[in-house]
Amino acid sequence: MKNAPNPEFEADCIRRILAGEKQLFHDLIRSCERPIYFLLMSILRNEAEAEDAAQETVLKIYRNLQLFRGESQFRTWALSIARNEGLGRLRKADTRREDSLDALSDDQGGDFTPAILTSWREVPSKALEQKELAGMLRQAIDGLPEIYRNVVLLRDIEEMDVRETAAALGITEGAVKVRLHRARALLQRSLAPRLKGFAPKRGKLFGLGR
Amino acid sequence: MRIDCKHVWEHISAYIDGEVGVELRAEIDAHLETCEICSAVLDSTRNVVVLYADGRVFELPAGFSERLHERLEKEMEMSGP
Repeated sequence: MKNAPNPEFEADCIRRILAGEKQLFHDLIRSCERPIYFLLMSILRNEAEAEDAAQETVLKIYRNLQLFRGESQFRTWALSIARNEGLGRLRKADTRREDSLDALSDDQGGDFTPAILTSWREVPSKALEQKELAGMLRQAIDGLPEIYRNVVLLRDIEEMDVRETAAALGITEGAVKVRLHRARALLQRSLAPRLKGFAPKRGKLFGLGR
Repeated sequence: MRIDCKHVWEHISAYIDGEVGVELRAEIDAHLETCEICSAVLDSTRNVVVLYADGRVFELPAGFSERLHERLEKEMEMSGP
């Protein structure tokens, strides 16, 4: 489930946790678990490492809860801690990798022309029952450059708005929009031609398929 | 002035998110009515987004939440009342 944050519940929770009701932290963090994990997965690209980093992030959030000022949403703050955790691990693992991360900027050109099609038959969500399709989608997102992957994960998969995504990633709202546009164009180009095979055959329901 | 296909592609993402202004939206809509290619590009882009955003595509690893809360519980015990 993609849980939408509830600022009043969070503010109340945080007050009570800091006053000693520690157990409430379990409830507070629940809506952040998915975005924390998937952001770290996007940065670290390794399931075990992302899970360990997610646990470490949550412990840091717990230990530093008194530092949360309520100027941003709690989830935004939590995600910026996750991002620092992920980037810190990358830096430790390989300093050269960091350079390559910085190398890709929004000014850089690139070909974001979509796959040109003359017709499109919708692939229904029901087709996701086929494991092969879900795998293909994951692989396509995994293959995006990191700056685009992070934005797709937070905006489209975790359904965060432009403002929150920008704050969580430490970039401008304009950059979020540009990156999301480019990411979707790259995904349409790589996926649309291959997805055609998952559309229901015309007339199949009526036994007219050829 | 009528907008061309390239111009439409530049705004597809914003169009999907409902973030284009009234005037531009009307221009894009008029273009889509007569352009098969842009209609197919728009429909396929929207379809691709709906599919990968489905909760079944990106799932937390099995037991992720349980392991996380166990570790948290240990931390809470250590940090005292």
